[in-house]
Amino acid sequence: MTHKPKLKLATTSLAGCFGCHMSFLDMDERIVELLEHIEFDRSPFTDIKQLDHCDIGLIEGGVCNAENVHVLRTYRANCRILVAVGACAINGGVPALRNHFSLKECLEEAYVKTPDMINPHIPDDPELPLLLDKVYPVHEVVKIDYFLPGCPPSADTFYRFLSELIEGKEPQIGKVELRYD
Amino acid sequence: MVTEPESKFIRIDDQEIPFVHGQTIMDATLAAGVYIPHLCHFPGITPQGNCKLCTVEVDGKPLAACTSPAAAGQRIRNNTPELNESRKALTQMLFIEGNHICPSCEKTGNCPLQAMAYHLGMLHGHFPAQFPVREVDASHPTIMLDRDRCILCSLCVRASREVDGKNVFAIAGRGTHASLIVNTANGKLVDSDIEPSDLAARICPVGAILIKEHGYDAPIGKRIFDQHKINEIGLEKIYIAGAKSDDS
Amino acid sequence: MTEHLHLLHILHELQQKHRYISEKSICEVAAQLSLPVSQVRAVVAFYAFFYSTPCGHYHILFSNCTSCGYRAGGTDLLRLLSQKLSVNIGQTRKDEQVSIDETSCIGMCDHGPSLLINGVPLVHLDAEKIEQMATLIEADKPLNGWPPAWFHVKDHIYKRGLLLDSSLSAGDGLRATLTRGREGTLTEIIQSKLRGRGGAGFSTGLKWRLCQQAAGEAHYVVCNADEGEPGTFKDRMLLQQHADALCEGMTICAYVIGAYQGFIYLRGEYRYLLPHLQATLMHRRKLGLLGTAILGQTEFDFDIDIVVGAGAYICGEESALIESLEGKPGIPRSRPPFPVAHGYLGQPTVVNNVETLIAATHIACKGSAWFTALGTPASTGSKLLSISGDCAAPGIYEYPFGITIQQILDECGAVNVQAVQVGGPAGTLLDQTAFNRQLAFEDVGTGGSFMIFNQERDILTIIHQFAAFFAHESCGFCTPCRVGTILLKQGLDKIMIGQGARNDMAELQRVSELVRRYSHCGLGHTAANPILDGLQYFSQAFEQRLTPYDFTARFKLDAALQEARQLTRHDGKEAHLEQGQD
Repeated sequence: MTHKPKLKLATTSLAGCFGCHMSFLDMDERIVELLEHIEFDRSPFTDIKQLDHCDIGLIEGGVCNAENVHVLRTYRANCRILVAVGACAINGGVPALRNHFSLKECLEEAYVKTPDMINPHIPDDPELPLLLDKVYPVHEVVKIDYFLPGCPPSADTFYRFLSELIEGKEPQIGKVELRYD
Repeated sequence: MVTEPESKFIRIDDQEIPFVHGQTIMDATLAAGVYIPHLCHFPGITPQGNCKLCTVEVDGKPLAACTSPAAAGQRIRNNTPELNESRKALTQMLFIEGNHICPSCEKTGNCPLQAMAYHLGMLHGHFPAQFPVREVDASHPTIMLDRDRCILCSLCVRASREVDGKNVFAIAGRGTHASLIVNTANGKLVDSDIEPSDLAARICPVGAILIKEHGYDAPIGKRIFDQHKINEIGLEKIYIAGAKSDDS
Repeated sequence: MTEHLHLLHILHELQQKHRYISEKSICEVAAQLSLPVSQVRAVVAFYAFFYSTPCGHYHILFSNCTSCGYRAGGTDLLRLLSQKLSVNIGQTRKDEQVSIDETSCIGMCDHGPSLLINGVPLVHLDAEKIEQMATLIEADKPLNGWPPAWFHVKDHIYKRGLLLDSSLSAGDGLRATLTRGREGTLTEIIQSKLRGRGGAGFSTGLKWRLCQQAAGEAHYVVCNADEGEPGTFKDRMLLQQHADALCEGMTICAYVIGAYQGFIYLRGEYRYLLPHLQATLMHRRKLGLLGTAILGQTEFDFDIDIVVGAGAYICGEESALIESLEGKPGIPRSRPPFPVAHGYLGQPTVVNNVETLIAATHIACKGSAWFTALGTPASTGSKLLSISGDCAAPGIYEYPFGITIQQILDECGAVNVQAVQVGGPAGTLLDQTAFNRQLAFEDVGTGGSFMIFNQERDILTIIHQFAAFFAHESCGFCTPCRVGTILLKQGLDKIMIGQGARNDMAELQRVSELVRRYSHCGLGHTAANPILDGLQYFSQAFEQRLTPYDFTARFKLDAALQEARQLTRHDGKEAHLEQGQD
């Protein structure tokens, strides 16, 4: 048996809840099996901060601020295959519920109008990334190759998708199981 | 001797099915157990033909099956990759036009729009999300109106007029500004005579009209589309369980 | 007469009086007419000329047509006036003195940039006139004290043919009709092979025949005077100069199909023609050509009401027009059944274009052979064209069908022509290679709009304006048109601001085909025509605007940070995002 080089996999969470990453971990012992074929690069799982050239990038979460845009672009530039993972990456998800309001309304509600705030004001620390006017799906900012719907996508979905990529097949997403919640 | 009128059949995807005068293509196919994807059609209610998902090719010409009369000899293409791909695109249009955040919607799992998207293999909205700002009407004690999810199918409008005998709803405005309105002086649902057992309150194929205090009644695994696929014929009875007309 | 009780007319009066239609008024009107309040509310929301918040005392609507629009002269006159008067476009000034917005083509394409002020057309605009207007408005000078020449609408007729050359006296056509009888007249119309002049080209004789044969409690004749296709203004002239022949055509049709009641559905933009049309009707009643026992025939009663629209292009579609006549939003019906069997109030109804009815009068008078002597075998007779855009003499031209595009261009003094839009935005965009084609239903069909664009013009800007037009005029009934026309406009917006990528062109093509193929009515079927024609014949106009990338973000990233920059008062380099390849 010839030994194929391992696929390099990077993951990140933008405006998401890390639920998709949790679901990924729900693959349990199958992760060990996958590790025969893939190795992790930058990811919350590894705590690697620098992104190297990768085969697969999994993006959880929508795009809500300038930093998300930078991270997403970095992943696009370095990943051969970029995958939008979960409801937030695909259509903004729950964070996009704020799109019903202006940024000003949202921030005032949270930081100015909330009772018992000490020094109520809209946070303006330069360290904080600037928020976009809306939360956007990732495919409106960069080109996305595959979409894994679900909130979160199930561990089986991750497993099947990655297995197919490892085998060099075209992933058959949605043909077996599809859900948005 | 009275001769039988020439046998009346239409041919749909190489299956011959009978029809009687006055039936639409949709009526005939549903009766024969053949599924044509649809969202704004509901058996027993006057068809209107605005979602366009049921578009089939009749002798090469695209026509909405729900409003087109069946005619002898029609050759109809329905379940083809091209038509289903277009239906998926139309479904994506409905998703991106409104705010369809499934994980936060009470209708999830019981939602024909969502089930249609599953059926057509929709993985994402594809088109630019419009994120419209639309008015929510929570004024009524037992029924909720969340226009964010309205797909303007007008089923509630027709159900209220034709079945409930009430005329609670209408569609106003044009183009992308079209919206569901309530037929009361202040436009609020609370002043209408709608009741939770009305068909209009239950027919909504999305989470735009919801019966309050029943969200998440069915746990995951027990919801309609956990157990059924949208292409099963006759699911309407399940969608509207509890409606007045259902008791009769 | 039910004219004064028509919902659209009552709402118009309220709009005139209060400058908007309040929720209170909506409820009162609903009670007065015994209509559901939701219907009245839906109508107010549907028609562009009804407002739910007060307009200014001077309410100004600039045409945004490529020919009579506010950019037609090269200067953005809309912005100029809004600056002079310190008023935001689409908002009423705080003192309620003035409001300014844009509207779809107002049919003044032979009069340069034009606008409607309190419903009245004001033509031949230029920067100087805008300046003077601003002064008059600030001085609160009533419109009747403004220079009368500003409001002078002239009919520029440069070429007369079959119809415009021949003169008829009121009643000539009717007398000939009575002599021939019902069947004889219908046979004459059928033999003339007259086809609908609105653009669709359905056989007029067959339409009358189908309606005549359809069972119903009453039959109706409707004149479609909702000339809304941008670049069309020939009906405006016909309504002004040939109203008699028009009414006569309706009366002849009524005689043939057995109708007692007819309607002229006049577009709201032409409301200024109403007194003239009403006078024509009064005059014809006096002459015994309308009313009871027409020309002494005891069994021949017929009269005409005028219903005025309120700013909705879709009402030019015959079933939407009928809905509007019935006091509802102009949503096209599902067909079949067709109006000939199931039209106004569910009864058999003929809906004909102004020009068609006038041609019918002439045919009734002069016979079918007179008509078929000109044109082509499949497109008999002549066609009135509204020629506008880049030519020496914009105006009305009447040609026999079969004439080539090039012949027309030569006669109206068009040089250096890059493209011609025949039949308006819903028609066909032709490049030079097609100028040898013929104007005829079997080749290049048209309702009469003929817009000429010379080499100086940016074709993509024109296509973009057309896309905006359809997105604005889509009625919203069906998914592909309601959503698709918006997506097409947004796709072009992106390319226009120089952020388009190669995949945006593919996307335009795909959405265009969806809209064309799956829409409910003619508006949707044709809305993508300019884009599809543009991609086919003027692809370089798109390509030269594209970025070198395959994919770019679909929105302006930096603009999306603007609000956050304001809220946090950060504006350094790190507070900005660059657009680029993604």
